Amino acid sequence: MAQNDVNKIKDHAELFHQDEYQELFAAKKEFEGGHAPEVIAEAAEWTKSWEYREKNFAREALTVNPAKACQPLGAILAAVGFEKTLPFVHGSQGCVAYFRSHFTRHFKEPFSAVSSSMTEDAAVFGGLKNMIEGLANSYSLYQPKMIAVCTTCMAEVIGDDLQAFIKTSKEEGSVPHEYPVPYAHTPSFVGSHITGYDNMMKGILNTLTAGKKAETTNGKINFIPGFETYIGNLREIKRFAELMGVDYTLLADNSEYLDSPNNGEYNMYPGGTPLEAAADSINGEATIAFQAYSTTKTRDYIEKEWGQKTYVARPVGIRGTDEFLMKLSALTGKPIPKELEDERGRAVDALTDSQAWLHGKRVAYYGDPDLVIGLTQFLLEVGCEPVHIVVTNSNDVFEAELRALLDSSPFGANATIWGGKDLWHMRSLLFTEPVDFFIGNSYGKYLWRDTHTPMVRIGYPIFDRHHLHRYSTYGYSGTINILNWVVNTILDELDRNTIIPAKTDISYDLIR
Amino acid sequence: MTDESIRQIAFYGKGGIGKSTTSQNTIAGMAELGQRVMIVGCDPKADSTRLMLHSKAQTTVLHLAAERGAVEDVELEEVLLTGYRDVRCVESGGPEPGVGCAGRGIITAINFLEENGAYEDLDFVSYDVLGDVVCGGFAMPIREGKAQEIYIVTSGEMMAMYAANNIARGVLKYAHSGGVRLGGLICNSRKVDRELELIETLAKRLNTQLLHFVPRDNIVQHAELRRMTVIEYAPDSQQAQEYRTLANKIIDNKNLCIPTPITMDELEDLLVEFGILGGEEEYQKAIQQGTKATAGV
Repeated sequence: MAQNDVNKIKDHAELFHQDEYQELFAAKKEFEGGHAPEVIAEAAEWTKSWEYREKNFAREALTVNPAKACQPLGAILAAVGFEKTLPFVHGSQGCVAYFRSHFTRHFKEPFSAVSSSMTEDAAVFGGLKNMIEGLANSYSLYQPKMIAVCTTCMAEVIGDDLQAFIKTSKEEGSVPHEYPVPYAHTPSFVGSHITGYDNMMKGILNTLTAGKKAETTNGKINFIPGFETYIGNLREIKRFAELMGVDYTLLADNSEYLDSPNNGEYNMYPGGTPLEAAADSINGEATIAFQAYSTTKTRDYIEKEWGQKTYVARPVGIRGTDEFLMKLSALTGKPIPKELEDERGRAVDALTDSQAWLHGKRVAYYGDPDLVIGLTQFLLEVGCEPVHIVVTNSNDVFEAELRALLDSSPFGANATIWGGKDLWHMRSLLFTEPVDFFIGNSYGKYLWRDTHTPMVRIGYPIFDRHHLHRYSTYGYSGTINILNWVVNTILDELDRNTIIPAKTDISYDLIR
Repeated sequence: MTDESIRQIAFYGKGGIGKSTTSQNTIAGMAELGQRVMIVGCDPKADSTRLMLHSKAQTTVLHLAAERGAVEDVELEEVLLTGYRDVRCVESGGPEPGVGCAGRGIITAINFLEENGAYEDLDFVSYDVLGDVVCGGFAMPIREGKAQEIYIVTSGEMMAMYAANNIARGVLKYAHSGGVRLGGLICNSRKVDRELELIETLAKRLNTQLLHFVPRDNIVQHAELRRMTVIEYAPDSQQAQEYRTLANKIIDNKNLCIPTPITMDELEDLLVEFGILGGEEEYQKAIQQGTKATAGV
């Protein structure tokens, strides 16, 4: 057989192209009565048409590749930002296996989360027993300092009451009475991963800050990243605060957890915001969230229950970063240091260097609401023209905000916001109204393959390219990163399009 | 967020016992006394607000959500209607019999109301819940932060008492974790022998009170056929007065307890004690007679 030489193990990219496999595939197709290649090609061609686009957009009961994930995914990302916190998902095992592998495939790091392993009997009798045993096991086996509980759809459908279950578990001795077990109901048939993040963050802060309100403020600024998957962004925010001498609490800091050093020893809970610091966040001066739509309930809670001012800042692009730094400076009275002014200057310089290649370029993109707003800020600054913007987990408030942003620039005039649409809709959009490039997560590679539109990978998840999550998209350095990814994608494409000797290579230039 | 000064109450009881009728008549009485009340119907049949709105069934939260595709697309004003004496009425709605999950529907509907700020400027919120506490969804109204006072509508009939006892068990379960309390039994009379004493005794055994004994009166039927409460249909009738008394008792009720449910055997013993069921001997005899009768056929 093809793979019988242990010294020459072939990657499957080669292996299956050998004759014996090709024969096998042909026989399989014949056996299954597969269509002739011409018929398939014809159907494929039809999917590129306006006629097909109209059918595609008339879809009601089917979603193909939605650009969103489910609530508990966001909930457990929020949880691992806190010191020695174990995410505990009340529900079936398969869901949790999926969350773990999803993060591991993106961050290339281990991700620990446990489930209460509900099976059919738990669906009938309720999951209380699973909660009691699960909490006891998690507590004694993994010795976390906090267990953050969220739910899968199964527990939600049968209406398991987390508040009551956790209380009963404590009475049964699963964990000590004073031990923090925050919780959030995270049914995935409502909202998306950003809703789950919001629910869990609110639950954790609610539990940790209970009874901690002091007479005076601690003078600190709280930062809430939202569903953030760029480790570089967390580090950039911390660097900004330190450069300005601002005392802060990051709620929560999962940068160590999701990018831990390989020093030969396994640590189940690297880094994280200390629980004490998180508890004291109730006494902070103000809270700045870097995403609006993954922190809606949390900010509402902070304003109402803590009586604390909250702000949203998206430090993407020059103006976005300026606004954040000025807000931080205004809140704390600390000046913006020269070092940052120089960084700003370098970023502006970089943008002007590449601007000629970006001006007037038509672009499509998709992702979470806040990511999309950040990208829009950047694209309008460099004179790109947003055309198709697909946001599966959209909402009315967001669409109004994005529309206002697009209207603030002449480059935004031709953009359509496609709320609630999926990547199969995007495919039709790219075929019928082509653009110069598109921005999206790894699932965009199928759009790239089918439509040959150049692709820039920004978003979550990114499974098929390495290390992008280590970079920042925030701040002046983040602006340069996005610029680098975008402009060099365009230049790569230009090289590819000018590569035919004696035909197009007249423009195959050394200098761009 | 729910305003903590709002008193949240819930009516539970065996199916068909008259929860919706009793609760709406009582709430009409409360509204007459100037209380601001919202009724949350937690029954897929959506008949908890019929007498208030004078209409067959209102647009329910879940019906609209299903039509629109998501509950996020429903506006509060579309489902929160104003009925008799400004009582606010909302129905959770739910699936038709035999399909889907009604319990989940109640959870969805109540979350929707909370998130959209329905719980404001009110003195009372009243949940009208179908039948027994059969699953987590039907317990939603008695979870933490929701109804604190449960009123069980019952009668002197054995199965109604059995259901009442079962509901008391549900309340007990949540009493320690969520802080829900039993406010009392309401007897909706079926003219069973020694009904008043029987329910009074049951109330005592459950560690609660018989809040009010609502006598049977045909006028309730008359009003109901006209889609009205008795208080609206016949304000001067004796029956309207009964409901007003009950309304006052609920407003003034301070006697909230953790129930002490009894076993099925104890319940049967209670009925024997009141001469409704004979002793074991008579029971065996009845069975034998039954067997003979069947054999005869």
